Amino acid sequence: MESLTSSRTPCCLLGLVVLSALTFSPTLAIEVYTDREVHGTVGSKVHLSCTFWSSEWISDDISVTWHYQPDNSRNTYSIFHYSKGQAHIDDTGIFKERIEWVGYPRSKDGSIIVHNLDFSDNGTFTCDVKNPPDVVGKSSYVHLLVYDKGPVRAGMVLGIIIGAALGLVILVAILAYLIRYCWLRRQIRVQRELSALERGKLHKLSKSLKSGRQAPLLSMLDQTRSFKSSDKKKGSGDSRRK
Amino acid sequence: MLVLLLGIIILHVAVLVLLFVSTIVSSWLVSNGYSADLWQNCSEGVSSTWNCLSASNNEWLQSVQAMMILSIIFSVLSLFLFFCQLFTLTKGGRFYLTGIFQLLAGLCVVAGASIFTVRHTEWSRDNASFGYAYILAWVAFPLAVISGIIYVILRKRE
Repeated sequence: MESLTSSRTPCCLLGLVVLSALTFSPTLAIEVYTDREVHGTVGSKVHLSCTFWSSEWISDDISVTWHYQPDNSRNTYSIFHYSKGQAHIDDTGIFKERIEWVGYPRSKDGSIIVHNLDFSDNGTFTCDVKNPPDVVGKSSYVHLLVYDKGPVRAGMVLGIIIGAALGLVILVAILAYLIRYCWLRRQIRVQRELSALERGKLHKLSKSLKSGRQAPLLSMLDQTRSFKSSDKKKGSGDSRRK
Repeated sequence: MLVLLLGIIILHVAVLVLLFVSTIVSSWLVSNGYSADLWQNCSEGVSSTWNCLSASNNEWLQSVQAMMILSIIFSVLSLFLFFCQLFTLTKGGRFYLTGIFQLLAGLCVVAGASIFTVRHTEWSRDNASFGYAYILAWVAFPLAVISGIIYVILRKRE
């Protein structure tokens, strides 16, 4: 009698432990993640990603199911099922030969690709993963929007604006540099012409005028000219510095 | 003189930091379990998972991004030009080039922040309020303009 009771208590304890483990296991339930919304254009394909996290080891009995519910409809269709290492693709319904399995459950990936999109594909796709014994948990859904024309690609406007602005700055810089360069060259040329002209004039003057009385006046004229030109040079130098 | 120089550089770096933080940090719009920035729009789902929506198909948001990036580029360029001009500029010259780029940076950040202010309702859920990154962007604008004006007014000594 004594021995019987003693053997029963460990049994009860074990049962209690198992029960508590079972009741607490939902806190470590399977979790599935998808995007909230994906966009596609008519005729293109779209990648519906589905990843999950399970507290258990990934078992051989793992199954991935995709359901589809069209907009404005309450019916839900099962369009894809993966179990025991085999992918079962819908080959009669609306997604006939348009679904491709790209997932790899061993690395917690259950993604599919839908090819050749059409407007009628607008709807909600639900990814459901069961990893026995970890089967309790929520599934996740992704809403597919099919557009006539592709929505503006990420970074398109961004790139255009930045490129245009930087291009404009570079253009202005080049233009400013060119204008300065031309201006400087013109000034140098004008100065050279002016000095050449003066030299020629002086030469002529000195030839025609031989009287010694006019010589000091000429030298004075020359001096004033040279002063002027030096003033000009100073001015241009200042403007360049600015 | 050295103090003035140090002050200018610190002001410029502060503007740069503000621009970087406001561009990167995800709190342009915040409310309970929700935050949005220029790049994505996240809301907290059940069991503390975050669902994020990327900003790929929002033209106006992309222009805000472009404006913020441009202002960073201009401000960095301005700092670079400042150091160049510090060594090459003749005595008594003004830092016009540096100042112009810093003013451009200020212009860009005010353009981006204005666009965001006008259009933010399309990006947020209701009852989301502006977060600190948005405020930092607005703070960066007057600072950038002030530092730009200082550059234009300043003459080189030494």
